[in-house]
Amino acid sequence: MKTYEELLRDTALADERFVVMTAENRALVRNLPSVLGDRFVDTGITEQTMLGAAAGLALRGRIPVVHALAAFLTMRAFEFTRTSVGIANLPVKMSSFIPGVLSDGNGPTHQAIEDISIMRGIPGMEVYAPADAQDLVDMLPTIWATPNPSYVRINTRPAKYDHAPYEHGKAEVIAKGDDLTIVTYGFMFEASLEAQRKLTENGFSVGLINFRSLKPFDGEAIRSLIGQTKQIISIEDHFITGGLFSILAEFLVKEGLSIPVHPIGFDAKWFKPARLPEVLAYEGLDAEGLVKRITQLI
Amino acid sequence: MTEDKRSELQAFALKVRERIIPMSTDGGCFLGASLSAVDVLTYLYSEFLTIDQSTLKDPKRDYLFLSKGHDVPALYGIFAELGWIENNRLANHLSTSDHIYWHPNREIPGVEFHAGSLGQLPAVSIGVAMDLKISKAVNRVVCVMGDGELNEGSCWEAFLVAAAHKLTNLIFVIDRNQFQANMPTEELIPLEPLVDKFEAFGMKTQRIDGHNFDQIAEAFEQTNNNPGPHVIICDTVRGKGLPSIEARADRWFCNFSAGEITELLNELHQKGSAVITAETIVAR
Repeated sequence: MKTYEELLRDTALADERFVVMTAENRALVRNLPSVLGDRFVDTGITEQTMLGAAAGLALRGRIPVVHALAAFLTMRAFEFTRTSVGIANLPVKMSSFIPGVLSDGNGPTHQAIEDISIMRGIPGMEVYAPADAQDLVDMLPTIWATPNPSYVRINTRPAKYDHAPYEHGKAEVIAKGDDLTIVTYGFMFEASLEAQRKLTENGFSVGLINFRSLKPFDGEAIRSLIGQTKQIISIEDHFITGGLFSILAEFLVKEGLSIPVHPIGFDAKWFKPARLPEVLAYEGLDAEGLVKRITQLI
Repeated sequence: MTEDKRSELQAFALKVRERIIPMSTDGGCFLGASLSAVDVLTYLYSEFLTIDQSTLKDPKRDYLFLSKGHDVPALYGIFAELGWIENNRLANHLSTSDHIYWHPNREIPGVEFHAGSLGQLPAVSIGVAMDLKISKAVNRVVCVMGDGELNEGSCWEAFLVAAAHKLTNLIFVIDRNQFQANMPTEELIPLEPLVDKFEAFGMKTQRIDGHNFDQIAEAFEQTNNNPGPHVIICDTVRGKGLPSIEARADRWFCNFSAGEITELLNELHQKGSAVITAETIVAR
């Protein structure tokens, strides 16, 4: 399996339209300047200018893949994304580094836990959150080929699950369960899978769905749960407002469907900065914490 | 510049002003900022930019981005004069039947990008200039900005990037009409010494009388001889051509009666002085 950087390199080498941009965040693309030459553009610590310039490049027919830390890529540059990329619906492909809990020890300045909420509010913008490195590399060729702008929560954690091939806009159903179904995305997939297995060992019938694509959203995967599972637990490293829980609520209300949904996420608070395993344990987001919280809910 | 050429440009600019003034009724427009930019835009579209009606989408064209946005009546007046849009289309101003409103829309032939949010198009212009360099194309990119717009930090971020990336094909034009929305720039956020600031940011900077076609032509011809990025600061008068509204803080957004429009058109042709009674909407 290729790494993110190898996939991007090969894609850009095969297609002259691709330009790799970064606002001096080179962690994912360190080896690309020498390979891509002037199609590697580092604008310095200028997320706004990078997004505006990406719109200009896209106007000329390029496909810019832009990189920055999630908090600054989404929030510092937001109006440029909304106004210069969004209004014109240009194919600017955003790669968001250390989203959600992956900002571990950085503190609240770097915590992008409202990114899904604000990016999905832009008409035409697609939003993705792969579960791990395998999911990521499997999804990206499709994401980069759409004519729309996109936002991807980059996740390069080694896969602990052998995913089904990505089908555009579709959720991945990992397991079905009568008692409850966990729905999740991105980094939280790993702990959710472990929690699902432990709850199953504990005698519950537990389903699990990987919402690798949040926009487009696979509403049919939710509709099929009605009458088939007793309740849904949404798990996300995001504010409860505006993320998957909100997407579910919007879908269920719009479709006139009814099923209990319990959100697990950050309830109007930033998380405690620390080494990643400690963040997860402290916030009750590791498998053990999830099992405990879910057992209390049911 | 020959006498004939100068007269030709002046006559063209006068016709553009005739088209702009009627847009400041029945809902109004940002008249002052449009009139200050007419002369430099007239020169650019008549003499400088490699673009005409047959090459509006040609990848080999020069690009003009109107960043300040409010002056879009000037752009549409020019497009109407050039025949890129039908003359009677300007009467659709602020109607849902067309795309002509207070800021540029890409549906109008000749408009390269939508604008209105200040400080956005310097970055977009940079992206186009970057692509032209990558593609080894010789097209030039002109980004027309307001002086009030320079309050936005993103402009200065973009200037840093333009200089760092040696975007020699990029020209920023500043319509230095001395006013931002409600007051003189120097009374709110002083900008001077502006030449020094741009020079310090690595721009090849010139400062000219933005209503003098000889100076405008000389400045833009200079950009062909020197690698940029360039800045051309055009000292202009807000409301240029209409003494009754020129350089007045309360004539930013103007919404006149039909009678006042007639008087203003007479004033433009130096046949009397308009008496303006309309309240202008300042706090927009």
